[in-house]
Amino acid sequence: MTTLLIILPLAAAVVIWVLPLNRVSAGSLALLAALAEVGIWIQMLARFDFGRGGLQFSQHRSWFSDLHVSYHVGVYAFSVWLVGLTVVVMAACIAYAFWAGREKARAYFGLMLFLDAAIVGVFTAQDLLLFYAFFEAMMIPLYVLVGVWGGPGRIGATLKFVIYTMAGSLLMLASVIVYGLSKNTFDLTQIGTSGSTWIFLGFAAAFAIKAPLFPFHGWLPDAYRESSPEVSAVLSGVVSKAAVYGFLRIGVAKFPGPTHDLRPLILALAAAGLVYGSLLAFRAPDFRGVVAYSSLAQMGLITFGVFAVNDLGLTGSVLQMVNHGLISTTLFLLAGMVERRTTTGELGRLGGMARGRPVLATVLMTTGIIALAVPLSSAFAGEFLILAGVFQRGWGWAVVGAAAMVLAAMYMLRLISAVLHRDPGPAVTDAALDLRPAELGVTAPLIACLLALSAWPAAISGHSFPRNVAAVDVACGFQKLPPSNVHFYCR
Amino acid sequence: MIQRPHIDWFALAPVNALLAAAAIALLAAVLVPRRARRTTAATVCALGYAVAFGFAIALYVRSAHGHGVVADAIRRDRFAELAQMIVAGAGVLATGISFRERMRDNHVAEYYALLAAAGSGMAFFVAANNLMTLFLGLEWLSISLYILCAIDRDLINGLEAGLKYLIIGGFGSAVLLFGSALVYGETGHLDFAGIASANRPHDALLLFGLAMIISGLGFKASAAPFHMWTPDVYEGAPTPVTAFMAAATKTVALLVLLRVLRTAFPQEAHLWTVAIAVIAVASLTIGNLAALVQRNVKRMLAYSSISHAGFMLIAVAANNALGGRALLYYLIPYAAMSLGSFAVVAARERELGVPVTFENLAGFGWERPLLGISMWTFMLGFAGFPLTGGFVGKFYVFAAAYRQGWTWLVIVGVIATLVSLYYYLGVVRAMFLRRTEDLQLAPIGGSPPRDALLQTAVVGCLVVTVGSFFAVQPLIDLAKHAANALPF
Repeated sequence: MTTLLIILPLAAAVVIWVLPLNRVSAGSLALLAALAEVGIWIQMLARFDFGRGGLQFSQHRSWFSDLHVSYHVGVYAFSVWLVGLTVVVMAACIAYAFWAGREKARAYFGLMLFLDAAIVGVFTAQDLLLFYAFFEAMMIPLYVLVGVWGGPGRIGATLKFVIYTMAGSLLMLASVIVYGLSKNTFDLTQIGTSGSTWIFLGFAAAFAIKAPLFPFHGWLPDAYRESSPEVSAVLSGVVSKAAVYGFLRIGVAKFPGPTHDLRPLILALAAAGLVYGSLLAFRAPDFRGVVAYSSLAQMGLITFGVFAVNDLGLTGSVLQMVNHGLISTTLFLLAGMVERRTTTGELGRLGGMARGRPVLATVLMTTGIIALAVPLSSAFAGEFLILAGVFQRGWGWAVVGAAAMVLAAMYMLRLISAVLHRDPGPAVTDAALDLRPAELGVTAPLIACLLALSAWPAAISGHSFPRNVAAVDVACGFQKLPPSNVHFYCR
Repeated sequence: MIQRPHIDWFALAPVNALLAAAAIALLAAVLVPRRARRTTAATVCALGYAVAFGFAIALYVRSAHGHGVVADAIRRDRFAELAQMIVAGAGVLATGISFRERMRDNHVAEYYALLAAAGSGMAFFVAANNLMTLFLGLEWLSISLYILCAIDRDLINGLEAGLKYLIIGGFGSAVLLFGSALVYGETGHLDFAGIASANRPHDALLLFGLAMIISGLGFKASAAPFHMWTPDVYEGAPTPVTAFMAAATKTVALLVLLRVLRTAFPQEAHLWTVAIAVIAVASLTIGNLAALVQRNVKRMLAYSSISHAGFMLIAVAANNALGGRALLYYLIPYAAMSLGSFAVVAARERELGVPVTFENLAGFGWERPLLGISMWTFMLGFAGFPLTGGFVGKFYVFAAAYRQGWTWLVIVGVIATLVSLYYYLGVVRAMFLRRTEDLQLAPIGGSPPRDALLQTAVVGCLVVTVGSFFAVQPLIDLAKHAANALPF
């Protein structure tokens, strides 16, 4: 089933590339494949045994035996949610792209599906080299998706994006080789923990750049601004989660020693990113800038949770990953919709869009309010868990986090008021219509997911880590460790 | 009466098949009427390579235990046979790429004759088991290539390339020969095993000879600092010849280097591993940095081939079984990617009638999707992205270096890979991200020439490049058996 989730979009991509389809049929086929992915994932969710924990739906085949590398995929309870996030977000983005009518449709949709497969691969790979291969494979379509279908500054943006991320990835490759060969296996379920700070730093570099963490975010504003909205949505919604997933699955789980030693540093970077990103979001002059920098801030918050390395923090970060994925996808798509109507995202030229556009106003308002983590929203639940978790590591971190929540309210409310309220800006004409049914059709399911999670955040927070073992034991979900190591995490 | 050695004709079959093809093609140059000459010669050449490929496979299967043949001058083992397979495969594809090359009819049959002769020289070269056959093979393939570079007299740069290659290549051969003489003088042996058994460690003259042999082979492998000829020759030679040189010459030079070092100089391993590592680092540095500033795609690919020589020398420097395996595996996708990328350049060249630069690749990917996507794949493969054999190859090379305990070499390789992304992705950027309207010069008119053979060759390269990512196990087994023929 896991393999099917990877193969299906890949096969659909190849079909789209090879057959001489026209724009409509290419788009519909892609959408169909993306929806089929969602269907398969729902099946998987229904059949997943949350009581048992551990790796499920796993498949294993040797890839090359002399270095003990294998094709090993499977899902853990928490990765099910991330896979779910991926398929839902990808389906929404493909649907939006279909509706918006991208040029060179066959190439575009094929690449989107390829990206879909690669991201699902990252979340399910249980072999270090396979993980790396999927992690890299994400770059191939992203490079072109940003570079061909992006805005005027796309070439510079792509270059920066690629150089940054590949610098990280290649450091990770060195780490993968050293780690895997020194343990004589690349299988993540069997490979033991390592105490090497250098290897850890190699992985951390890749994930910190991809997430991004402060101060590795140099590529972020350009890439998020110059891509087409749905590609920005994928970038900030799921690709960034792949990095945090890496921190969780490899960083924290395999390197307990270095994690412990470097925790203050990483928490400090995360805190800096959280505050700095929030401030930049508050000052950003355009719609996408606000969302982009808020994404930086949120990644800092999620990293907070992961590196709290305790029950609350880890659960909260998984929940918040899903939340933020859905929120930022919706916001980027909305940014695209606003830009389509007004030809600009500059907040100074927008305004007053609520009047006569009730659907747009409602959708943006709902998402924005969830994003600023009002109580009873799913983001509130996630952030609360993270802050509670990080509080156990030191109250100072929690103070920073809480302060950032206030900042989140500031930039979100600023965004909402700048787009929807005040007097109509010069770019907003009467010809700018309300959301079309198709646009609503794309955003409504995302918002529905968010509302459902708001009603029942425990769907994720209670089903991410096995309940019988303390959820702190990321490691125990991943591998059998002597109890002493478990205590390590609880310390 | 001189005692004639027993001759294992089967072991010589790939070499002889290609020699025969060369001879028939030469006859065709005079006997076949002019209009049928090109087709006949090309067919004969391709058939020769195909037969050689078949023989190499048969030999590979039936040479599980390597041994010397023909008075121990030639080695019949899986190492040589796998190399011959790569050369023969490259030859078939190169013939396909050559077929539509704009070339005057009057020397076209000689072109294919020389192409086959170069291949047979390479097949001989990789099987060499003493310094004599080594030199013979080297000259055999080199002379064929010197002429091939300059055969198209309408190509002004071609003449320059041929001359440059002749002079510098001749110098390289001379260095190799001098080194061989020193080694022979010190040890009294020509055959590799004999040199090893002479057991004269720390002998200054022997080491000097070893250094000269490494340099001489380094010239052929275009490793820095012996690379100076590469960009000019690669740029000036007819593109199909460049493709063949990049794929096949480099393959045999590196493999022979590994064989000589492992079989003849195992005692000096502590010295030559360091030397090779230094050469590898120099190649990676020079190749990558120079490639960054190139605007001509062929020159860029030439520098990239220098940096790839560096990568593969890392595997040689690792001096372990894993390194041998890594080198042999890496060469398979590498040969395919080189051939393929030069083939795409050749296609664009024929379309435009001018040298291909980054600027005039603009929009190419959208105009000719098959070639564009293939080129994209080759570039990703060179850069070591997944879904191509280049990824697995680099992984193996780095793994071998790590096993040797040379983590620093892994780091250097990783940094070099990072730098190389700029120019490899630069090609993708030019082909897909720039629009055709950005292209300043007009194509020479008409629809692009139909070139089914070239496209088939490119697809073949594509299949090998991508296939070697998925089918790692069979290929690595192949490489493992081949590497086991050397005394690791």
